[in-house]
Amino acid sequence: MNKAGERLYNGLVKENPTFVLMLGMCPTLAVTTSAVNGLGMGLTTMVVLALSNMIISLLRNIIPDRVRIPAFIVIIASFVTVVQLLLEAYLPSLNQALGVYIPLIVVNCIILGRAESYAYSNPVIPSLFDGIGMGLGFTFALTCIGLVRELLGAGQFFGLDILPDSAEPIRIFGQAPGAFFVLAGLVALQNYIKESRKKAGKEYEKIGSGCTHDCMNCKDSEGCSKRFYDENAGGKAEGKAKQAKAQGNAAAGNAAAGNAKTGNAAAGSVKTGNAASGNVKAGSTEEGR
Amino acid sequence: MNMEYVKELLVLLIGSSLVSNVVLSQFLGLCPFLGVSRKTNTAAGMGVAVIFVITLASAVAGVIYEFVLVRFHVEYLKTIVFILVIAALVQFVEMFLRKSMPSLYEALGVYLPLITTNCAVLGVAITNVQKEYGILTGIVNGFATAAGFCVAIVILAGIREKLEYNDIPAPFKGMPTVLLTAGLMAIAFCGFSGLL
Repeated sequence: MNKAGERLYNGLVKENPTFVLMLGMCPTLAVTTSAVNGLGMGLTTMVVLALSNMIISLLRNIIPDRVRIPAFIVIIASFVTVVQLLLEAYLPSLNQALGVYIPLIVVNCIILGRAESYAYSNPVIPSLFDGIGMGLGFTFALTCIGLVRELLGAGQFFGLDILPDSAEPIRIFGQAPGAFFVLAGLVALQNYIKESRKKAGKEYEKIGSGCTHDCMNCKDSEGCSKRFYDENAGGKAEGKAKQAKAQGNAAAGNAAAGNAKTGNAAAGSVKTGNAASGNVKAGSTEEGR
Repeated sequence: MNMEYVKELLVLLIGSSLVSNVVLSQFLGLCPFLGVSRKTNTAAGMGVAVIFVITLASAVAGVIYEFVLVRFHVEYLKTIVFILVIAALVQFVEMFLRKSMPSLYEALGVYLPLITTNCAVLGVAITNVQKEYGILTGIVNGFATAAGFCVAIVILAGIREKLEYNDIPAPFKGMPTVLLTAGLMAIAFCGFSGLL
């Protein structure tokens, strides 16, 4: 059960899909007009993520390697359909508010990414908790962004008016442009933290993420999943592995040292690899625990 | 075709391309919008490829929904069917272009695989169904949405080229600046709501 706790912590804090990995930006921007919507979207995604992780992990020995991406998509799409029907039946108002973004959970980078990088190569229980952890991290992030936008844009906190009448809310934050501004602030904050940690000599590099990276140079034909953190990348990652080798050697030392200290430093060095070099270490630290 | 219908289609054309722009107000297809907007000509290539794929995908998805899903009363399978159809369609278009139109493949080929995971394609197909557009209306909506994407990405690329060598505070370099630019563009596009 220790493993399960570790996966939860990993999803919520260490590799938070929104704040650290910057994945799944489309729903993040679109539905966070209020905290409640963010919470609803996050929880819906979490359910899909946990269930699809569990099923993919159960079937990981049956699904042939060549058709795994279509297989993942079918499994994910089935769960999205189930969840959508449940929402229509029991929470019609939330379904109305989230609209087209519910079926679009299928193409959320986070879900396919976790299926590919974790669930497809790990046992059922850790995969389930990985899904729950990542989902909680996503929910937490969406709720936070929703809170900020709701407070600035409407002067409300979960639908309750909390600002005095004299304070005029900045309406634009509740509308589309505000989402871009909030996200810009968020990324700038992340860059700032990264820079200051680099200056302090600590390793802190985010995993190359799907949506903020240059899709043009990615050469990826199978979805966002390959763009970050790919534990069983085969031949495709070899070129990257060579590039990262020099860094990798240095980072491997750090990872070993980091293991002795706290998880944080190790996570940092695992992330620097970005491709295969990081994966080797990710695998070994995984077993080390 | 009567005048009423043509007018309706025109309103839809303007509405989907400019007023509720697919990236700037609905946040679909953000990945290529942010990722492939460094140079104006690559952005234009991506835009044209998206127009091509979305128009085709909304036609195919519309036909399949009308004649297969509705016919057999399995409308609830639309999410699964659409995503598979779109993925297969993109693969097929790529193969077809490579074999029979090499020059067009040269121009659009690199962008096609990237479009499979573009949520705008699935988004348009599902919106067409949710709003109960017919097949023709759906195709027009798809074309208009994609044209809106094309306009937005080309404008953003133009602005990014100008911003390239500006002196920007370190934490705001790169993506935050692009996002701020996109936000300002979104405000500008809000102005189009006066058109309808």
